[in-house]
Amino acid sequence: MIVAWTSICFWALSAGSLPDEELRTHLAAICQVDQQGKGHAQAAEAWSQLAQANAGQLNLMLGALDTANPLAANWIRTVVDAVAERELARTGRLPLADLEGLVLDRSHGPKTRELAFVWLVQADHAARERLLPGMLNDPCLTLRRMAVERLMNQGRDLVEQGDKPQAVKRYEQALAAARDVDQVRALGERLNKLGVEVDLPRKLGYVVGWQVIGPFDNVGDKGYEVAYGPEKEVNQQAEYPGKQGPVRWKPGEGTGPFATVDLNKLLVMEKGVVGYALNEFHSSREQEVEFRVSSANAVKLWLNGRLIDEHHVYHSGVQPDQYVSRGTLQAGRNTILVKLCQNEQTQDWAKVWQFQLRVCDLQGAAVNSER
Amino acid sequence: MAVTMHQAGICRGILLALIVLGATGADWRQFRGTDNRSVSDDKGLPTACGPETLAWKAPLPGRGPAGPIVVAGRVFVAASSGGGQDCLRLLCLDAQSGKQLWQRQMWATGSTVHNSFGAVADCTPASDGRLVVALWSSNDLACFDLEGNLKWFRGLGYESPTTRNDVGMASSPLIVQDTVVVQLENYGASFATGIDLQTGQTRWRQAREQASNWTSPTVLRGPTPAEDLVLLQSRSRLSVHDPRSGRELAARDHFCHTIASSTTVGDRIYRPNDGIEALRWDAATRQLVTLWDESRLKSGNPCPVVHNGRIYVTKSAGIVVCASAEDGNTLWQVRLKGPFWATPVIAGAHLYAVNHAGLMQVVQLGEEGKLVWSGELEPGVLASPAVSDGAIYFRTDGHVWKFANKR
Repeated sequence: MIVAWTSICFWALSAGSLPDEELRTHLAAICQVDQQGKGHAQAAEAWSQLAQANAGQLNLMLGALDTANPLAANWIRTVVDAVAERELARTGRLPLADLEGLVLDRSHGPKTRELAFVWLVQADHAARERLLPGMLNDPCLTLRRMAVERLMNQGRDLVEQGDKPQAVKRYEQALAAARDVDQVRALGERLNKLGVEVDLPRKLGYVVGWQVIGPFDNVGDKGYEVAYGPEKEVNQQAEYPGKQGPVRWKPGEGTGPFATVDLNKLLVMEKGVVGYALNEFHSSREQEVEFRVSSANAVKLWLNGRLIDEHHVYHSGVQPDQYVSRGTLQAGRNTILVKLCQNEQTQDWAKVWQFQLRVCDLQGAAVNSER
Repeated sequence: MAVTMHQAGICRGILLALIVLGATGADWRQFRGTDNRSVSDDKGLPTACGPETLAWKAPLPGRGPAGPIVVAGRVFVAASSGGGQDCLRLLCLDAQSGKQLWQRQMWATGSTVHNSFGAVADCTPASDGRLVVALWSSNDLACFDLEGNLKWFRGLGYESPTTRNDVGMASSPLIVQDTVVVQLENYGASFATGIDLQTGQTRWRQAREQASNWTSPTVLRGPTPAEDLVLLQSRSRLSVHDPRSGRELAARDHFCHTIASSTTVGDRIYRPNDGIEALRWDAATRQLVTLWDESRLKSGNPCPVVHNGRIYVTKSAGIVVCASAEDGNTLWQVRLKGPFWATPVIAGAHLYAVNHAGLMQVVQLGEEGKLVWSGELEPGVLASPAVSDGAIYFRTDGHVWKFANKR
């Protein structure tokens, strides 16, 4: 109790004395900012006032991140930075107990807890090692990533020390918690080197088994808007007129760690074409999921006949989880249909005609078809 | 206590204003310098950038191809970090000591998908001497004063989610008069916009060609600052604009380089295409007049540098070609070790080039080019160096480096 009161008095007397009520008013002004520069003038004035807050008021400002829109969140984050940076330089202290309490309180949003952690570990270097072990399954993915990284580093050190069984244990623990593609892939590779096989596509939720059909015409990029037969019906027995003659569905598997579906290999190596890939995805329950697609080709995505994502872009970069869209899987059978368009660019690097698709829950955990 | 802090803030502001007024001559305020020319009038730069001339080396908490700028004795550099490179950072370092004066962090509000070769901190910040604007590949645009006080924040990618390039958006912002010009060309919503530097409000927005393009807006200096114009270089068009209204004054429809931006000297424009086209801006008739077009000056990724009547073009093979800026005729060439992404700078009689592997190469300029020094930084250099107050600054993924002769 005495420590708490001493702490309160220290922070109250150590810097500016902006009343909390006034501080809340300024935070409310910042939370009004929106697109097209809306609310900038009031927010700028509020920011300059908030910058005079003391360290003991950091939690109040951090808490405002829970409800701030993404633009307002950055106004708040920068003023938290300004206050914490100034106070830490001036006194060498921040209210550690308050910050740690915020970090550990999962009723707060991920941004609030992430930024509280950032400043906590600046002032208390031991906090990282103390808190990260409890964050492996944290809903804040930034904190979870750091916890996974910590285990990966431990595993690497154990390998160097020759303790492979313990290294495997650490890596497997990390793999169970990891959500980011780069960490999962690195862990899979490290475990493979230690003799443990990891089914990366399954771990990441990549869809491997498809039915594919094509090519249809996309000369002049006109096929992107044409609804060919596979868009109009789900009938795997059907035959449709293609670019070079009749085409029928046939099996095609994704290959490699990210289950790449290469239509150059599965259909035909040709420019100015459209191909489709169809997957029957079974879910035991209705659930909202994310579809994460990667492709250098123009792409459309349907779930159960409803268009949920499209990107009319050709050969302008490809990365894992490039396009993320949400949809609701129904209990039972679902159909995922991908339309992949190839244009007529002639460069060597524009030959690729392929995609990857994975299904995740809203926290990034793999959701695999249950049949 | 609050009053004391407020007073202290005012004192710092006055001091900074005095520094700003006295130090503008040495500033390097935006991509390729204050005039976008990659040329400094500074003398006395070291011609050997090794341990003996390393003034300091400051660690960075994030990666990025963004180059450093120097304003009023402070170095500003953008960085990005985190698993998705979605933590955006702007750092302010003391130019004398390299000590970090402040850092501000933001969450990306637009797409952070990018080639692993680069980072989300792709764009070099810009300053008018009092305010600094930083743009990231997520199309987040933030404005701070030199003390780190946020003036405004725009999520241009948040406002326009299809404005993205999954290799990365790398066009640097430009401040002309009191307008921030941003060029966001891509296959999605492709546009250029002029934003009021003081308020962050949109002055104008124009649709641009839908194609990947990483070139940056370039200033075309007028007889007075009020007559300064902006060049926007798209894949198939170079256009001249009034910076306050965005009004297009003239255009040249022709293939343009999509990475190397144009360079201007007075009314001359050197436009990278399949070579270099030299143009003259006729302000009276508002016409772009072709002077010469030389296909042998085909540029790689770096922008051309024009100095003392000569144009220096870095070819993709790592050859620097020196040609007459009057007629495009080649005078000499020197083979360096490439590949180059960073645009070289010229200070005094030397050209400073750093390749992607981090190999610095110093070329003495004259009747012929002579490689006089080379040395290693760190691998993975995409940022163009800055020159200020007799020193040269390099940015690698991990550090900012300052080299200067001891005084």
